Amino acid sequence: MAMTMHIDIVSAEESIHSGTASFIIARATGGEVGIYPRHLPMLVQLQAGEVTVRDEFDNEQFYYVSGGTMEVQPHVVTILADAAVRAKDIDEAAAEDARRRAEEALANRTSEVDYARAQAELIEAAAQLRTIQKLRKNARS
Amino acid sequence: MSGAKEIRTQIKSVNNTQKITTAMEMVAASKMRGAQQRMRQAQPYAEKMRQVIGHLAQANPDYSHPFLQRGDGNASSDGKSGAVGYIIISSDRGLCGGLNNNLFRGVLRELMAHRKAGEEARLCTVGSKAIQFFSRLSAPIIGEVSQLGDTPRLQDLIGTIRVMMDQFEAGEISRVLLCYNRFVNTMTQAPTMEQLLPLPPSDEPELVERGHTWDYIYEPSAEEALSLLLERYLESLVYQAVVENIACEQAARMVAMKSASDNAGKLIDELNLAYNKARQAAITTELSEIVAGAEAV
Repeated sequence: MAMTMHIDIVSAEESIHSGTASFIIARATGGEVGIYPRHLPMLVQLQAGEVTVRDEFDNEQFYYVSGGTMEVQPHVVTILADAAVRAKDIDEAAAEDARRRAEEALANRTSEVDYARAQAELIEAAAQLRTIQKLRKNARS
Repeated sequence: MSGAKEIRTQIKSVNNTQKITTAMEMVAASKMRGAQQRMRQAQPYAEKMRQVIGHLAQANPDYSHPFLQRGDGNASSDGKSGAVGYIIISSDRGLCGGLNNNLFRGVLRELMAHRKAGEEARLCTVGSKAIQFFSRLSAPIIGEVSQLGDTPRLQDLIGTIRVMMDQFEAGEISRVLLCYNRFVNTMTQAPTMEQLLPLPPSDEPELVERGHTWDYIYEPSAEEALSLLLERYLESLVYQAVVENIACEQAARMVAMKSASDNAGKLIDELNLAYNKARQAAITTELSEIVAGAEAV
């Protein structure tokens, strides 16, 4: 029987694949790497591309990862896949977006926030009213 | 009969409200199951990362990353006493009991304590309830994201996390706290504040006491691998907090809607009693009028 190793492909959002494999190909930042069982421990950064998992019956399965890190142990391989396409400038743009949204929300706080405040006051008034009514009822009986 | 008619319309409207709250309760229950599922799915990633980072930090003790707290646990020893960053996670919608308010109250208390100690605060908010609440305060909000829906994507959170990490790396923020509701069970949600940055040292004994030493082959380098992993790890922690908060939101909404339905039921019973009394009173009056009329004839 062919030697096998365990492979897990997980992302922050879900577990993508879990099973046994006899051979794995992944695309590292420096080029493609092939992993057989009993490989030395290795930590590889992956770039966007395909991961090929061949099981002991020579069936191949393909997974697309948009980057991430592959941890290789002699009998366990774990691919920590990124949940999204990542690049430094995309991240920066996202950060800029978050900043802008905060400023916008602060700028037009009048509409929604005033509404929220009015709602809070209304709830408070209703609660007070209820208490008064209850007190009255008790006083009457 | 005017009183009876008014009561009847009131009963009808309460009935409609009860129908809505019951429907919302059931929707929340099914959404909660989905959110719990996502919570579980996100766990293996963070667990695996913790293992790898633990090993990395142990194998390369000479390389220290700014995100990692040193073993002595003294983050402020290097004279840095910048502001405190908060990432506050809330729901987008209301009608979920005191879920958001309990969390906000805890955060406010903390904020006041920091203000007394002379520390500044920077806020990042997730969810529209948090931005509505905290925009009234004077503390600056430096990042915001809302309308994530029931299935949040990590992609939507990156920006908000990045803002905090940038400021931390620039030394403007000395530590970052993550504030969210932890899902204990359906009835209990615990408002939680955890230190996100610098990462508290892991206290897993088996990592420290392992006798034999071995190291990875790195590609391209250990430093890069470590900083990339740490970044992803932080993101996964925040993502998990967001997913957990959603599970909490649905659970809290389910409980709130259940009690609302129960209250509506009680109200209907009371109103029914009042209605019957009013109807009976009307009949009695009518009868006595007829009898009086017959006697007069």
